[in-house]
Amino acid sequence: MESYLFPFDSLICMLLGISFTVWFTLLLVFIIVPAIFGVSFGIRRLYMKSLIKLFEWATLRMERGAKEKNQHLYKPYSNGIIAKEPASLEQEIQEMRRGGAEPEFDMSDIFYFCRRGVESIVDDEVTKRFTAEELESWNLLTRSNYNFHHISTRLTVLWGVGVLIRYGFLLPLRVTLAFTGVGLLVVLTSIVGLFPNGRMKNYLSDKVHLMCYRICVRALTAIITYHDSENKPKNGGICVANHTSPIDVIILASDGCYAMVGQVHGGLMGVIQRAMVKACPHIWFERSEVKDRHLVAKRLSDHVADTTKLPILIFPEGTCINNTSVMMFKKGSFEIGCTVYPVAIKYDPRFGDAFWNSSKFGMVNYLLHMMSSWAIVCSVWYLPPMSRMEEEDAVQFANRVKAAIARKGGLADLLWDGGLKRGKVKEVFKEEQQKLYSKVLVGSSEDRSRS
Amino acid sequence: MGSTNSTLLKIPNVEVLMRETGFSPAHIIRLHDRFKALDKEGRGYLCPQDFGAIKELAMNPIGDRIIGAFFSPRETVDFHTFVKILAHFRPVDKDRPKEPNSPEPINSRSNKLKFAFQLYDQDKDGKISRDELLKVLRAMLGMQVTEEQLESIADRTIQEADLDRDDAISFEEFRKSLEKVNIDHKMSIRFLR
Repeated sequence: MESYLFPFDSLICMLLGISFTVWFTLLLVFIIVPAIFGVSFGIRRLYMKSLIKLFEWATLRMERGAKEKNQHLYKPYSNGIIAKEPASLEQEIQEMRRGGAEPEFDMSDIFYFCRRGVESIVDDEVTKRFTAEELESWNLLTRSNYNFHHISTRLTVLWGVGVLIRYGFLLPLRVTLAFTGVGLLVVLTSIVGLFPNGRMKNYLSDKVHLMCYRICVRALTAIITYHDSENKPKNGGICVANHTSPIDVIILASDGCYAMVGQVHGGLMGVIQRAMVKACPHIWFERSEVKDRHLVAKRLSDHVADTTKLPILIFPEGTCINNTSVMMFKKGSFEIGCTVYPVAIKYDPRFGDAFWNSSKFGMVNYLLHMMSSWAIVCSVWYLPPMSRMEEEDAVQFANRVKAAIARKGGLADLLWDGGLKRGKVKEVFKEEQQKLYSKVLVGSSEDRSRS
Repeated sequence: MGSTNSTLLKIPNVEVLMRETGFSPAHIIRLHDRFKALDKEGRGYLCPQDFGAIKELAMNPIGDRIIGAFFSPRETVDFHTFVKILAHFRPVDKDRPKEPNSPEPINSRSNKLKFAFQLYDQDKDGKISRDELLKVLRAMLGMQVTEEQLESIADRTIQEADLDRDDAISFEEFRKSLEKVNIDHKMSIRFLR
């Protein structure tokens, strides 16, 4: 029996050997070398264009199939499902009065609050910002299709082929690249750390960081378009951006060099952090130090004051939002008093949903999702630098920056706090409502008593 | 995306629900999605904390009363109850033929008024006492007015609405005092599609 296996055995070994060599050569030539030099063959853009055509075809097929069966396709809405009156509290209550009578309390006033309350039960602005955005067309990933029922066999076959390609080919490729990128980052930054401080070391550290981040970008098949690069952040400033996922860091850092801010972690993350800080100064905080706001502010200002150090990268929302809106910025980074370079990041949800719903998925699960999507397509806009003006305080400055980012990225500018994902509404919001209503009532009854 | 029929089949007794509430299949599906989004742990029913998690509702001065209206005789709300209570806010069907033997639709003017009445009448004795009225006023106005102002508003309201002089407002008196108000417009929620 063994004699039968021998010739096959060596044949198989040979084939495996050849395929590995071919695989690695391709990897090196098409992905790693361009990453080192920062050039691109344009393969990813071609891939993106063909995917778009494919999705359009798939959506048309589904619509046609639904029409044949005389059924309605359920189209999800991200902008609200009920008609909400934009009229303010005062206007509504005036309308409700029997007209002519002086505004005083009426039993019907409760209708306004009641209706608004029930409207928020049916559809509210905040809850939907923390679940993944719903798509109007289908991108052949079951995770974004809420009622997956095949409408035609052809489409199911296509979906099946898609699964094979994504999990059988793309995922192993990406995992290999990710390991390569991270491994190189750790090794090379440690080597650069051995150099004496000076221009040479900074130059090498920049190159090494950029190269490794570019490999990671390719590990996610991220297709990024950078706009307005003349506004790129410079030393001695802080770069703020809206936050959708941990990948934001990789996306920004592959186009420029930043000093990262974060908590010290253990495990693999800790190894990476320690290696990175050898090559150039990043700001890592111990868990205990994070609570001390003054300490944090001092370290950030010290870093910013030293113009040889890189600009700091901060995400002021404090948590991952689903990329349809920008939530309230925490004012800490805006109190430091240096130039702020805002950056807007907008992901294209058609190719893969980059939003990390940390209450639903853990980090590993999330990375798996990312690496088995078609691609991550996003646009980055560098906005012109902003500084705090004389009359504004930190909160107003933060809101101004937030509005600029939201406008550029085409995201809704929300007043709500990202902390609402987990925390309770502050009493102050309820008081606002009470104040408005009392102005309508009591303001006018005072006039009455005077007359 | 998918066909609507298949989603409807997943909801038990959906025909009965549609008949009783008058919602269209598309609306039932939207409400079902909303129910699932609120039911974060996927238990199949909602409890007061799930409603409390809606930030805009927590900000509403009478938010807890509205939650009470959903839960008062029961501890959990399943999908059917959810839809039936929300049916109070369907716009009135103007061209519905009046069948003499059919029960009154949930979104009739009278039922909408009853829903609002229970927001006032927390002890469910069928009357809004002076005390209950004061409590609602305090909820809606917070600390913005003094105790005396509240009391004068309450006194004036009872004086105008209380016809049988028992110092409380019954449902009939409530209904009569609101006979000129366009309830359908103020207590209805319209779906966009």
